[in-house]
Amino acid sequence: MQLNESDLSWRSLPGTLPVRHAVVSREQLLLLCRDVAGRGARLVSLWGEDRRAAGVGYVLVVVLDLTSRLLLTESISRSPNPGFPDLSQLFPSAGRMQRATHDLLGFNFLGADARPWLRHSAWAKDAYPLRHDFVAAAVSAPPLPTEIYPFVRVEGDGAHEIAVGPVHAGTIEPGHFRFSVVGEKVLRLEQQLGYTHKGIEKRFEGLSVQQGSKLAARVSGDSAVAYAWAYAMAVESLTDTQVPARALALRALLLERERLANHLGDLGGIGNDAGLSFGLAQFSRLKEDLLRVNATVWGARYLFDEILPGGVATDLAPTALPILLDSLAAMAAEVAVLQDIYDNHAGLQDRFHGAGVLSAKLARQLGVVGLAARASGQAQDWRAALEIPPYDGFAIGSVLAEGGDVAARVAVRFDEIAESLQVCRGLLTDLPSGEISVAVGKTRADELAVGGIEGWRGPILVGLRVAADGRIARCHPHDPSWLNWPALEHAIIDNIVPDFPLINKSFNLSYSGQDL
Amino acid sequence: MWKILKQIVRTGLVTEPAPNAEPRLLEHALHADIHRLFGRALCIRQVDAGSCNGCELEIHALSNAYYNLEGLGIKFVASPRHADALLVTGPVSKHMADALRRTYEATPEPKLVIAVGDCAACGGVFGEDSYAGLGRIANVIPVDVTVPGCPPTPTALLQGILAALQSPTSRVDKRSASTYQKTEDRG
Repeated sequence: MQLNESDLSWRSLPGTLPVRHAVVSREQLLLLCRDVAGRGARLVSLWGEDRRAAGVGYVLVVVLDLTSRLLLTESISRSPNPGFPDLSQLFPSAGRMQRATHDLLGFNFLGADARPWLRHSAWAKDAYPLRHDFVAAAVSAPPLPTEIYPFVRVEGDGAHEIAVGPVHAGTIEPGHFRFSVVGEKVLRLEQQLGYTHKGIEKRFEGLSVQQGSKLAARVSGDSAVAYAWAYAMAVESLTDTQVPARALALRALLLERERLANHLGDLGGIGNDAGLSFGLAQFSRLKEDLLRVNATVWGARYLFDEILPGGVATDLAPTALPILLDSLAAMAAEVAVLQDIYDNHAGLQDRFHGAGVLSAKLARQLGVVGLAARASGQAQDWRAALEIPPYDGFAIGSVLAEGGDVAARVAVRFDEIAESLQVCRGLLTDLPSGEISVAVGKTRADELAVGGIEGWRGPILVGLRVAADGRIARCHPHDPSWLNWPALEHAIIDNIVPDFPLINKSFNLSYSGQDL
Repeated sequence: MWKILKQIVRTGLVTEPAPNAEPRLLEHALHADIHRLFGRALCIRQVDAGSCNGCELEIHALSNAYYNLEGLGIKFVASPRHADALLVTGPVSKHMADALRRTYEATPEPKLVIAVGDCAACGGVFGEDSYAGLGRIANVIPVDVTVPGCPPTPTALLQGILAALQSPTSRVDKRSASTYQKTEDRG
């Protein structure tokens, strides 16, 4: 049986994102996914919701990316033991999201990998925290004994395992990596994440939309601006809010500064992991300079609660403009010097080239997103593709590299710094006047809305449904790391163990963002 | 190589004095304190017990040239067995509670625990009543000093670390004494 996208009845959602929404049966969902996967669509996200109290049942939400627009579907099961089609055959990255949806809501995906993903020991196997009849007594219960996670075993002459984490040697987030190696060569890497699972989605329930903004900004601290923006867009879609032009420009300025800060930090870290501590010293100095300008202009080094539903929190003082423009010019000059050094440093280039290759074909198959995708020749950037204002006024999204190795991911970061600096300059020299925020009205009850923006790591999506009393019924913040962690398992194959920190850093994925 | 040297010379020294003290005096006093207590550099093991990774960004900043943590005689180490102090971010997720406890146990006495950030101090936006979290660090291991902030600035972090060391009632002193006492008793 066949089904085309056009056979379904779609409704365009209000707001700045080009999103079409439809309620589809489970059979239609599978056929639709088959149709769009054949046309090169990517899976963005998949999550579940308990809507039994509203008389609906269990809902599976799927978001698909058709390059210039998004599709948002809801499929319903009324069974107490809800089953949905396994989408991981079409979109490999669906696997972990399905496992997480099982852990949190008890959804079954027929024939799919049924190992737990987010659940280790914090709640029982047959308890589902995002079901509304989840027993609150579990809250005070101590963690259960940790179950043995069934890693896939590699066997053979000389093959052995190296277990790393959850606590790592550096100042990074916790997670477990199981390497199967022969000598130094990695045959297989299997990740086990979920260590920082702190029940963020449950925490959203019952918050006001204003309170939710603060939580959204703390899903993954390094992408606070992107999350706050995506969340605000979802609220604005539910309230038909028109955000003032000045607020949009300031949002983009904040997002680009977040991109710059992270790219600078990563370039230093990647250099350091390849043995050039000079790079770390220099780039962390530049990052610190940027954070200090943030503190001068916005009153905080990290811009956690600057984007709010309806606009932004802080207006730019006239005195801020020269400070910002001067610091951007200084940064451009400094980065150029360092790029020249990186590009011509034989030792560094020797480590970068050919390390952690993610081929264009594999990146496509796995549905990789963001800067990692662009380093594997996949031109995709929501800022440009979805024409999200104010980015529709800029020529961006052209950064691309072909190699798919560490060198390519470094090159993309350098190019994106240049692009970001240009966007910042453009925003500042042509800053619209007027208000920086408007009051958001009453949220439409029970409707599903999404917001999304291209953060520094990749596309960040927030799904939101608000109840009639104005409280959040369900909020799902979605990190691009869901889509890129599996790619790291492939990129490391055949590399040597000592190159793992370098390759890992070149992806720099979020644990907290996907652990939720 | 020439370009690297040129850039190093051009950058010069950017390290700033440590906060809240006469710079030279503080540095000397601090070195003396650290040396008296540990006989070498103060070694810190950082543990993320479930944070959003915001605090980690500012902990990274401590090592940049402006704050130059190593210049103060303080360094980050890769194992709790090498550590004198744990710098812990939170909230503690239930999935990390065991790893945190074991890290604490693996750290030799005398040891300091510095809880970093609002979530480590009180659960922060993630709260203390979650099915998946245990809230503040002190709910899982003993804490000596708390550094609030979301995230705390590097200056606040430095102040917290220095406070933990300099406090006349620092548990390190007490524990050194009690450890010593125990040894004597046994002897």
